[in-house]
Amino acid sequence: MMAGGLATASQAKLTWLRFRRHRMAMVGLGIVLLMYLVALFAEPVAPFNPDKSNARLVFHPPQMVQFFDGWAFSPHVLAYRLARDPVTLQPRYVADGSRKVRLRFFVAGDPYKLWGLFDGTIHLIGPENAGDTVFILGADRQGRDVLSRMIHGARASLSIGLVGVSISLVLGITLGGLSGFFGGRVDWGVQRVIEFIISLPTIPIWLALAAILPKEWSPMAIYFTITLIISLVGWTELARVVRGRFLALRGDSFVTAAWLDGCSQGRIIFRHMLPSLTSHIIAAVTLAIPNMILAETALSFLGLGLKPPAISWGALLREAQNVQSIAAAPWLLLPGAAVALTVLALNFLGDGLRDAADPYAH
Amino acid sequence: MGRFIVRRLAGMVPFIILVSITVFMLIKLTPGDFVSNYAAALAAAGETVDDAMLASMRSRYGLDQPWLVQYWDWISGVAVGDFGYSFQWQQPVSGLIGERMGLTLILSVSTLLFTWSVALPIGVYSAVRRYSIGDYLFTFIGFVGLAVPGFLLALVLMYVGVSVFHADVGGLFSSAYADAPWSWARCVDLAQHLWIPIIILGTSGAASLIRIMRANLLDQLHQPYVDTARAKGLSEFTLLVRYPIRVALNPFVSTLGWVLPNLVSGAVIISVVLNLPTAGPLLLQALLGQDQYLAGAFLLLLCSLTVIGTLLSDILLALLDPRIRFQ
Repeated sequence: MMAGGLATASQAKLTWLRFRRHRMAMVGLGIVLLMYLVALFAEPVAPFNPDKSNARLVFHPPQMVQFFDGWAFSPHVLAYRLARDPVTLQPRYVADGSRKVRLRFFVAGDPYKLWGLFDGTIHLIGPENAGDTVFILGADRQGRDVLSRMIHGARASLSIGLVGVSISLVLGITLGGLSGFFGGRVDWGVQRVIEFIISLPTIPIWLALAAILPKEWSPMAIYFTITLIISLVGWTELARVVRGRFLALRGDSFVTAAWLDGCSQGRIIFRHMLPSLTSHIIAAVTLAIPNMILAETALSFLGLGLKPPAISWGALLREAQNVQSIAAAPWLLLPGAAVALTVLALNFLGDGLRDAADPYAH
Repeated sequence: MGRFIVRRLAGMVPFIILVSITVFMLIKLTPGDFVSNYAAALAAAGETVDDAMLASMRSRYGLDQPWLVQYWDWISGVAVGDFGYSFQWQQPVSGLIGERMGLTLILSVSTLLFTWSVALPIGVYSAVRRYSIGDYLFTFIGFVGLAVPGFLLALVLMYVGVSVFHADVGGLFSSAYADAPWSWARCVDLAQHLWIPIIILGTSGAASLIRIMRANLLDQLHQPYVDTARAKGLSEFTLLVRYPIRVALNPFVSTLGWVLPNLVSGAVIISVVLNLPTAGPLLLQALLGQDQYLAGAFLLLLCSLTVIGTLLSDILLALLDPRIRFQ
């Protein structure tokens, strides 16, 4: 880009240019976008209905997808059949080389209702014959497809991050902004509250809060309350960022100019100060989402968050809670890998955004 | 220095009182109480539930009093070391929590020491040899360590333990020592089991401390005083240890305040997964069963532990940096 172009580029453009240089952050952005897309279109993306159980396919091992049959491109998996171990007589799944289950893109399968609105039967990928089963990531103890459950679980796990961060953001901007803008006693009070919350060990407090929820509540009500609980503890970091920036900006000449022009307090805060904070807030928000996701996972894993039939990554990991089930079906740990990947991607994205937030810094 | 410590100690008192009120309110917010839970369990078992008996239970446990009265009874007992009575276990709370809190403390403090002894040298190495292969390796491990939740790491290690070593990595003692009185042999047994939870618990903390240490030291390494010292012929190692590392340690110590709450938090969930005889599993059980005094005692002690951690970090910081002392 020419020097003239750079000098007149908008703030957003400068931020984007800096952000693009951060290679890991770009990778993170790609992964995060993909994850949210998958969560949004969970029903057609998942190959099967996540609640369809099959008592005869309990703990079915993952089937490796083979893309070529001879030299022809024809994705398929080898069918498994149940055999008895000749020594221990335990039932065991063995690959049956003679039978192949062919996979097709955009194939008709289990009926679903996308977002509870649109009926559909087309799945992104699935077996050629609708009656066949394919377990790319194995099956759980009720013979349900782990891949489909993970894809549907992404919806709760990822959206809790967004909803929780929005609540935290409102709390954080309001209280942090008040604290930083007015200073003095307000600042002192808000700071003591933040210090108090930060010094509490979060998981025991979450446990206590989650234990309060009545057990007969609907999954939707539990979902929102859990989100609220997580953000009640999580808003403090955002408030600290906002307060710090407000304190720094308060003395800036453009704010003084606005004062002297006779702007109202509201106008100074919302029209003059907040816009120059946006990039920092976006970065802080991105770094806060992974903590929310981890919190939901931990709570649901302990049985205090989302409960079956609701599906989330934490609730899925609950299946892998003891040594016996992990030893029998290690693929039940895969939702944890999804959590780790998402958190990693969001951390890289947040780091990149934070570095890009101030395009004039070196 | 003495006055500083006294002032900080005095500041802790209202804090602990606030914590105790918060904790008690949290517990009392739960709909129903232990007796209604107990009645539900009886009804589920098909036994008849006598209202008069429930009422007498409530009055015996003081559950029919307003919550402020209950709080006062509880907290005035706590002040003299009586944590109340556990309904679930039918014995005094202090007998139940003693060893478990002790083990929680041992686990948290040894994890803290582990975290520091790992993060400090690696952080220094990463800063001094910036952009080397080792630096990239540790940065990568650090990012992964931050992204993998502790309980997932515990599950993976459990799987590795079972499938590769055919051993259960859970617990803190071998079965022979589980209920034995304390002895030298039991301590050795504990040390042999403790390292697995320490690694699991310490990974994410170590990962973030490495990043903090690296950034701090990088800020210092290009200061003019470093060049001056080098120009005067100080050996590279002495120079590092004597000046920039000492300055960079400052934020390192101040993180103690939030590292300890995180450790205590993480220890709760990891203990549930690994079935450790620490506070976590019993706290979870007490919360679910509305065993209010047991849950309250655990929550209060865990919160106090983090408050004490913050105090220790403030004192260490004041020792390290005189400017803080005289503010």
